[in-house]
Amino acid sequence: MGDLSKGRIIAVNGPLATCEVGQEHNVLQNEVAYVNCQGTSLKSEVIRIRGRQIDMQVFESTTGMMVGDDVEFSGELLSATLGPGILGMIYDGLQNPLTHLENDQDFFLKRGQYLNALDEDKQWEFTPAVASGAIVKAGQFLGSVPEGLFKHHIMVPLMLKGTWEVIRIVPAGHYRVSETIAVIRSTEDGREVPVMLKQEWPVKMPVRAYQERLLPNRQMLTQCRLIDIFFPLAEGGTACIPGPFGAGKTVLQQIISRYAEADVVIIVACGERAGEVVETIREFPELEDPKTGGSLMNRTVIICNTSSMPVAAREASIYTGVTIGEYYRSLGLKVLLLADSTSRWAQALRESSARLEEIPGEEAFPAYLESRIAAVYERAGLVRLRDGETGSLTVIGSVSPAGGNFEEPVTQNTLKVVGAFYGLSRTRSDQRRYPAIDPLISWSLYLRQMRESLEERSEGWAGLVEEVHRLLYEGSEVHQMMLVVGEEGISLDDLVIYLKSEIVDAVCLQQDSFDVVDRATSLERQVRDFLLLMDMVHHQFTYESKEDARREMTTLHNLFFQMKYCPYEGETYHRYRGEIESILAGIGENSE
Amino acid sequence: MIIEHSYIIRIQGDIITVPAKGIGFGELAEVKSRHGISLAQVIRLKDNGVFLQVFAGSRGVSTGDQVRFLGHPMRVAFGDALMGRIFNGSGDPIDNGPNLSGLPRIEIGRPSVNPVRRVIPRGFIETRVPMVDVFNPLVESQKLPIFAAAGEPYNDLLARIGMHANADVVILGGIGLKYDEYLKFRYAFEDAGVISRSIMFIHTASDPVVERLLVPDMALAVAEQFGVRGKRVLVLLTDMTAFADAMKEIAISMDQVPSNLGYPGSLYSDLAARYEKAVDFEGAGSITVLAVTTMPGDDVTHPVPDNTGYITEGQFYLRKGVIEPFGSLSRLKQLVIGKVTRADHGVIMNSMIRLFAKSREVEQKLAMGFDKTEDDDRFLHYGQLFFDRFMDLTVDIGLNDALDLGWKTLSECFRPDEVGIKQDFIDKHWINN
Repeated sequence: MGDLSKGRIIAVNGPLATCEVGQEHNVLQNEVAYVNCQGTSLKSEVIRIRGRQIDMQVFESTTGMMVGDDVEFSGELLSATLGPGILGMIYDGLQNPLTHLENDQDFFLKRGQYLNALDEDKQWEFTPAVASGAIVKAGQFLGSVPEGLFKHHIMVPLMLKGTWEVIRIVPAGHYRVSETIAVIRSTEDGREVPVMLKQEWPVKMPVRAYQERLLPNRQMLTQCRLIDIFFPLAEGGTACIPGPFGAGKTVLQQIISRYAEADVVIIVACGERAGEVVETIREFPELEDPKTGGSLMNRTVIICNTSSMPVAAREASIYTGVTIGEYYRSLGLKVLLLADSTSRWAQALRESSARLEEIPGEEAFPAYLESRIAAVYERAGLVRLRDGETGSLTVIGSVSPAGGNFEEPVTQNTLKVVGAFYGLSRTRSDQRRYPAIDPLISWSLYLRQMRESLEERSEGWAGLVEEVHRLLYEGSEVHQMMLVVGEEGISLDDLVIYLKSEIVDAVCLQQDSFDVVDRATSLERQVRDFLLLMDMVHHQFTYESKEDARREMTTLHNLFFQMKYCPYEGETYHRYRGEIESILAGIGENSE
Repeated sequence: MIIEHSYIIRIQGDIITVPAKGIGFGELAEVKSRHGISLAQVIRLKDNGVFLQVFAGSRGVSTGDQVRFLGHPMRVAFGDALMGRIFNGSGDPIDNGPNLSGLPRIEIGRPSVNPVRRVIPRGFIETRVPMVDVFNPLVESQKLPIFAAAGEPYNDLLARIGMHANADVVILGGIGLKYDEYLKFRYAFEDAGVISRSIMFIHTASDPVVERLLVPDMALAVAEQFGVRGKRVLVLLTDMTAFADAMKEIAISMDQVPSNLGYPGSLYSDLAARYEKAVDFEGAGSITVLAVTTMPGDDVTHPVPDNTGYITEGQFYLRKGVIEPFGSLSRLKQLVIGKVTRADHGVIMNSMIRLFAKSREVEQKLAMGFDKTEDDDRFLHYGQLFFDRFMDLTVDIGLNDALDLGWKTLSECFRPDEVGIKQDFIDKHWINN
């Protein structure tokens, strides 16, 4: 091809560079191109084509770029490399392993360094699962290698269409990710394709190599009571956490990433603080995965494109994360992706849109914001694979609305497409009621959708949850009334409702993420403690006066409160539980 | 390679356009006009047009003036000789001290630190301001803004923290600073004897607007160099809203589509690029950034404080001369509370704030004319004690004394079962009257 695949820079505007190409050269939308700037090749992506003028977003700083610099087109879309060895890695938005960059560079990131996403030298122990002559489709398993504690299946490349025949497959043994382990032939056109342990997938396209998508109807346990009990999340579902700054979005995300019951957790730190990622990077290898006993890092992938890293790569980071999530889902695993924050990603879109001088939509966000957001969340889901097993990708995105106002475009467009909404409120965080998810504005469509499987926790579970929702509403109404008419202006019954709702709030909704016991609540404990709490809610208290009510309810409040800090089934736990039970049975009232 | 050009084809705002070839994006140039020489930076290339922002402003620039390209981006002198020196917005000394032209020069606005080379912050910086130390402690390598309306004593607070903080180097970046305020800082640092470990980059309100853009970058580039050499650096910036306003001016002159109140869509990334310089280097020093962000109209939802809040690791609200307990937040506090500081620090912090919220609620209730109950009296009493003992900015007390005072205050006002504290701590610290 020679010069045909080349272009020349004609304009530079921040991370947006424009080049001109010859008449005879075809350019792909979203194609990867490299700009030769001061001797280094800078990766960029084609984002607009107008005649012979190609606009590209450069994934690096464009300092020093000149008019006339050479541009080379790769002919490939922006892709992620998928294969064994992704778990435990820390990548930037373009899937460069940051830990390896560390070995080569000093404290600072250098531009123009692109490394293999996977370790090319590592030998994997491959065991074939099919024999020559087998007929396979994209996404079907040819064999497996062990990765951590589970089998990492090696699939027929997800890109391939139609049916294929295995004509050769290597025997069990050790292979590197780039070695050919099988050759398959198309049953339609006879084309032969080598299969390696790794494969590529263009990040902006959803993976569809599965049998069918299923309705998410099982719970994804996060061990955060407010979510699991009040606004449950489904496996394969989507949720968003919008909240003003300082309301505890990040702490909530960190807690979920640690204690959620998922096989693989992908953390996309998208345009957020580097400090937060550092905590995860440094602490996860030390933490034990309660499920496997291994290090928590072994189930985690971190995609880290912090706020001071180039903006264009920030846009790519979410896609890279989702693609890795879809890949592990195709292996039959339960994947949880946490994106913090999708607003920064939307802002990256806004920045490039402004540089392209596109007509702006609301708050200068591009008009295609809605469809882009929907496209990302729609890549989540519960699917049945070709072998009948299921895999799931659950996506939780946090949103950072400007001014904490949920009416802004990113929040609103996200709410249209997610199944659960955990709205954080400044009022609750000012009162130190953490997690500051406001029960009065949040919702989860999965409470109904998963009704059947939730009933396995305890009969009538969903009904109880709805009932306690009502109590919280009523309690809040009484509280509003008290602010206007004072405590003397409300009836004794209303006061009891208010006090009950305060107990529910303090011991069930609020969870101390920095307490060893309280930060994660197992399913069993959630059920048991919640049923006891409901006994309290159902109890018909009869009091002579408001003082009596306040006194006893304060005692109960404190007992419940102390109990939640006690190790489950421990001696102190049973003591507090016993005291609560005797008060509810009407025998413990004068026991002091 | 130095290239000279002698005709300017467009002047709009503080942006000039020169037809030139072979010029790199971000490169620096000198514009020679009849009013003197000013630095300018390339901010856009289009065909053969080079767009430059002129730091001294375009006033008095003529179409026939000379533009000389220097072939490198903006640089600043670096070395130990910087200590105790004062510079203006373009990095030239203004204190009549010795010439620094012999020092090596470093580029400003360098790429960000590889996240895996950062370590989890772990140093507690005691300020002897109880609202900071007890409720929102400052952590080494943190970036924290002080949100304040005009007229609040934010620069006094900044200076006080700058003087007390246990840092090797204190760098002050003054952006649009009133001359009086600059002198106040200078005298305060001199009186406290910390001037010898301070470096000041001062852009005063009367200096050209575009020069504001350079101050944070120069201050942070110098901080970074000291940081990698093992020094613990504290950077004080005031006021970042003036910095954002300068960016707005440039963006509008460049015909960029504004996103919110005229600010460019890249406001978040632009601010983050500066604040993210705060870092704790693995095996070397650290940079802590404390910045003032004034809130136009005392409105925290204004784009500048709003975007800042999402970038920084917490914020202090300065209102009516005190640090507001609600809303003020140090996100990194959990890294030091109970680990570097005393074990009961966490419970005292949470309970005292929760109860103070309640006391505010009682105040509101009474203001609406309701009867006072016995409980209300206790809450009011507590509220008053809290204000006098903790919130008042004149209180100068160490952390451990402040914690003891916290237990004393709680014990004076409440019963142990009312404060929502785990029994272990009650047993250990409660003062029975």
